[in-house]
Amino acid sequence: MVVAVVFVLIVVGSVVFHFLSPWWWTPIASNWGFIDNTILITFWITGAVFAAVVLFAAYCLWQFRHRPGHKADYEPENKKLENWLMGLTAVGVVAMLTPGLFVWSEFINVPAHASEAEVMGQQWQWAYRLPGADGKLGRTDTRLVGSDNPYGIIPDDPNGGDDVLIEADYLHLPIDKPVKMLLRSTDVLHDFYVAEFRAKMDMIPGSVTYFWFTPTRTGQFEVLCAELCGTGHPYMRGGVVIDTQEDYDAWLAGQQTFAQLYAPEVTKTAELN
Amino acid sequence: MVDATHGHDAHAAEFPDAELYHPRSWWTKYVFSQDAKVIAIQYASTALAIGFVALALSWVMRMQLAFPGFLEFVDANAYYQAITVHGMVMVIYLITALFLGGFGNYLIPLMLGARDMVFPYVNMLSYWTYLLAVLVLVASFFAPGGPTGAGWTLYPPQAILSNTPGQQAGIILMLVSLILFVIGFTMGGLNYIVTVLQARARGMTLMRMPLTIWGIFIATVMAMLAFPALFVACVMMLFDRLLGTSFFMPALVEMGEHLSYGGGSPILFQHLFWFFGHPEVYIVALPAFGIVSDLISTHARKNIFGYRMMVWALVIIGALSFVVWAHHMYVSGMNPWFGFFFATTTLIIAVPTAIKVYNWVLTLWRGDIHFTLPMLFALGFIVTFVNGGLTGLFLGNVVVDVPLSDTMFVVAHFHMVMGVAPILVIFGAIYHWYPKVTGRMLDQTLGLIHFWITFVGAYLIFFPMHYLGIMGVPRRYFESQDISFLPPSAHDLNVFITVCALIVGAAQMVFVFNLIWSIRHGKPAGGNPWRATTLEWQTPETPPAHGNFGRELPVVYRWAYDYSVPGAAEDFIPQNQPGGAPPHKEGSE
Ligand code: HEM
Ligand SMILES: [Cu+2]
Ligand SMILES: [Cu+2]
Repeated sequence: MVVAVVFVLIVVGSVVFHFLSPWWWTPIASNWGFIDNTILITFWITGAVFAAVVLFAAYCLWQFRHRPGHKADYEPENKKLENWLMGLTAVGVVAMLTPGLFVWSEFINVPAHASEAEVMGQQWQWAYRLPGADGKLGRTDTRLVGSDNPYGIIPDDPNGGDDVLIEADYLHLPIDKPVKMLLRSTDVLHDFYVAEFRAKMDMIPGSVTYFWFTPTRTGQFEVLCAELCGTGHPYMRGGVVIDTQEDYDAWLAGQQTFAQLYAPEVTKTAELN
Repeated sequence: MVDATHGHDAHAAEFPDAELYHPRSWWTKYVFSQDAKVIAIQYASTALAIGFVALALSWVMRMQLAFPGFLEFVDANAYYQAITVHGMVMVIYLITALFLGGFGNYLIPLMLGARDMVFPYVNMLSYWTYLLAVLVLVASFFAPGGPTGAGWTLYPPQAILSNTPGQQAGIILMLVSLILFVIGFTMGGLNYIVTVLQARARGMTLMRMPLTIWGIFIATVMAMLAFPALFVACVMMLFDRLLGTSFFMPALVEMGEHLSYGGGSPILFQHLFWFFGHPEVYIVALPAFGIVSDLISTHARKNIFGYRMMVWALVIIGALSFVVWAHHMYVSGMNPWFGFFFATTTLIIAVPTAIKVYNWVLTLWRGDIHFTLPMLFALGFIVTFVNGGLTGLFLGNVVVDVPLSDTMFVVAHFHMVMGVAPILVIFGAIYHWYPKVTGRMLDQTLGLIHFWITFVGAYLIFFPMHYLGIMGVPRRYFESQDISFLPPSAHDLNVFITVCALIVGAAQMVFVFNLIWSIRHGKPAGGNPWRATTLEWQTPETPPAHGNFGRELPVVYRWAYDYSVPGAAEDFIPQNQPGGAPPHKEGSE
C-alpha cells in the first residue's frame, strides 16, 4: 500500500520538478524553434501517458490489495479493450512522428540561397573556412594536410585560393542569413554542437557532413564537441559569434585567405609529390 | 551425456533419469558440472561479481562529476576507462549473462519440464568460455596502459589511436574478450533454443509456455542473429589494430603525423555495432518482460492479461528491433534520408511495447495483490520502464534527437530503460526464485530496505539527469562545470545525483549480505512458497535434484496462469494438475 502512495508521489514530484526546477534549455538562437516545439509536444503526450499509467497502477494497488477473503477475477483476455488501447497508442505515436518527420525534412533540405561555412575538427581544436569571394570552397584531401597546408586544400583547385581560413577559436556569422555548415575531421570522430542552435552533427574523417540553420540572435555561443574523441574531448571548445551584417563585414575584412597565408609553400610541396 | 541413439519415437525429454549424465566426483559435480542448474549458479555468481566492479566504477565516475579532484587518481584517462568498462560490463557481462546464462539455464529446463539442457557438455563449455572472457577483460586493468577508454561503443578511428587510453593493450584485450563472449554465448544460446523447441514436457505446447520462457527464448534467437555482427566488427577492428588493415580507418593525420591507414569507413563500424547493439537492448529487455509478467501474475494471484497478445508482442518486438538500429546514428553523419525510415520503424515498436505495459497494469486490475518482495520489484520495474520507454520516443523521433543526442538526456534515458528497469527485474527474480535454488527465503526486512533505497534512489538519480541533457550537457564529459551556458545550480544537481548514487550503491551491499546470510539462516521455504503454478515449483525436491523431476517427468494439462480460477479449491492450479479444460478459450494448439 505504501507503494501506491509512492507511485502518486513519483508522478506529482516529477510534474512539479518539470515545471518548477530551474533547469531547462538555453534560450534559442536559431530558426530551429520547430525542434523545441516538437519536444514540447512529445513532453505533453509522454507526460500524460506516464501519469495515466502510473496513477492507474497506484489505484489498482490500493483498491485490489490483498485482504482476507479477497479473490482475484479471472479474465484472460478482452479483445475489445486491447484493440482500443492499441488504436489510441497508434494515434499518439502518429501525433508525435508526423510533426517530427516534417521538421526533419526541413532540417536536411538546405535552402538554395544558404551560404557555406566549413568547420574542421582535429584533436582537440576547431578551425573554420569560408568560401571567399567566389562563394565556393576549394576541395580538400586529408592526405595533403601538413604545416604548410593545415586544411589539406587541393592546390590546383581554383576555388581554393580565396578561401578564408580562420585558425582561431571563434567563427563569425551574420544574423538572419541561412548557412550550411560543412563538417569534416582530419583524425577521429568529433561533433560540432552549439546548444543554442539546437543542432549538432558528427564529423567523420574522410567525409563531409552538414547541417544548416539561420542565426536569429546576436551574441557569442559556445561550441562543444559532442562525440568522444579521446582524452581531450571535454576540453575541445570553440565559439560562434553571431554579428549584425556591419560587424560581420568588418570582421571578415580582417581575415586572410589561403593564398595569402600558404599558397607559395603549398605549390612547392605539391610539385615535389 | 544423454544417449542420443536411444528412444524410437519417445519424446526427447522423456529419457529416464538413469540415462542422464551423472557426475562422478566433486569436481564434475560442482565445478566442471554439466547440470544446467549448477551452470546457472556459476553464470549468475560470475556476472554479479563482475557487476560489482562496474558498480564501483560508477561511484568513481559520479565522484568525479560532483567533486572533481577529490579522488586524486581519477584523471581524464581514468574517467574514460571507467565509463567504458562500466558500460560494457553492465550491458554485456552482467545483464546479458545473468538473464540468459543465469536465469535461462536455471529456468528453461525446470519450467518446461525437462531434465536438463539438450547439450549439457556444450553448455558447460559456454560457461567456461564466458569466464575466460571476463578474465581477459579484467586482465586489461593490469596490462600496460590499462583498459581501453574508447567508450562502450568502441568507435573507430579513435578506439585504436594513441590519444585514447588503453591503446597499447586495453583495446586488444577488450576485443578478444568480446569475441570470446560471443563464442561462449553462442554455445549456450544454441542450447536454449533447441531445448525450448525440442525438450518440452508432454502437453507443454508453445502457447502454454510461461512468458519467462518466451522472453528468454526470443531474446536468445535475437542474440544468435545479432552477436555475429559484433563478432565480425571486433575481428575487423582487431585486424586494423594489429595487422594494419583499414576496414574502419580512412586516411588520417594524428597530431600532425600521417598514419598509414586509408580507404576504410568509420561509419561501417557504427552500422555493425548498432546492428548488434540495438537488438542487444531488447536482448536484455525481453527476458525482463517475460519474467516480470510471471512475477506480476503470480503475486497478484491473477492470470496475465492478454497472454496471446503478450507472446505476439514479444515476437514482433524481436523482429522489428532488427530494423531500427540506425536510430543510434541520426547525427552520425550517415545519409540523412535514412532518418525517415528509422524514425518510423522506431516509433512503430512503441505500439507493441505499450501493449505490454498496459497488460501488466491490467493484470493488477481486480487482482489480489500481495506486496511481496518480487512484486515490489516488479512494480518498480513498471515505473522505471514506462519512464525510460517514453523518453525513448524523444530520441527515436529523429529531429527531436538532434539536440538531445550525445547529451546526459541519453545517459538518463538508457539507464532508466535498460539499466535500472532490467536490474529491478533481476532483483525481483532473485527474490522470487532464491527459495527454489536454496530452499530458503531471503530475509524480508533486508529485502525491503534494499528495494526502497534502490527503487526510489535510482529514480532520483536518473530522472533529474534528463534535465542536464536538456540544458545541453554532453555525455562522456570528464568535467562540465565550465560550460558557459550552465547555471551554477547545475552543479548542485550533479552533487545531488552523486549522493543518491552512493547511497544506492551501498544498498547493494545489503543485498549481497542477504544472499549469503540467508543460505543458512533464511526461513525454510518449502517447495512452493509463492503457491505458483509453473513446473519449477512442482519438483519433488527443493532445491531440485539432478534430473529435476525424480522418476517421472511432469505432464502438462493447462497454461501457466490458472490463478483464482472460479470454482477451484485453491487460488492456483499447477500446470501439471489434470482436470477439466480450463474455462478460458486457449489458443488453438
Ligand atoms: C546506480 C547505478 C549506476 C550509476 C550511478 C551509473 C552511472 C554512470 C555514469 C556516471 C556514466 C557515465 C556518464 C558519462 O559521463 O557519459 C555511465 C555510463 C554508462 N552506464 Fe551506468 N550507472 C549505473 C548503472 C548502470 C547499469 C545498470 C547499466 C546497464 C545497462 C549501465 C550502463 C551504462 C552504459 C552503457 C554507459 C555508457 C558508457 C559510455 O558512454 O561508453 N549503468 N553510468
Ligand atoms: Cu572532438
Ligand atoms: Cu570530442
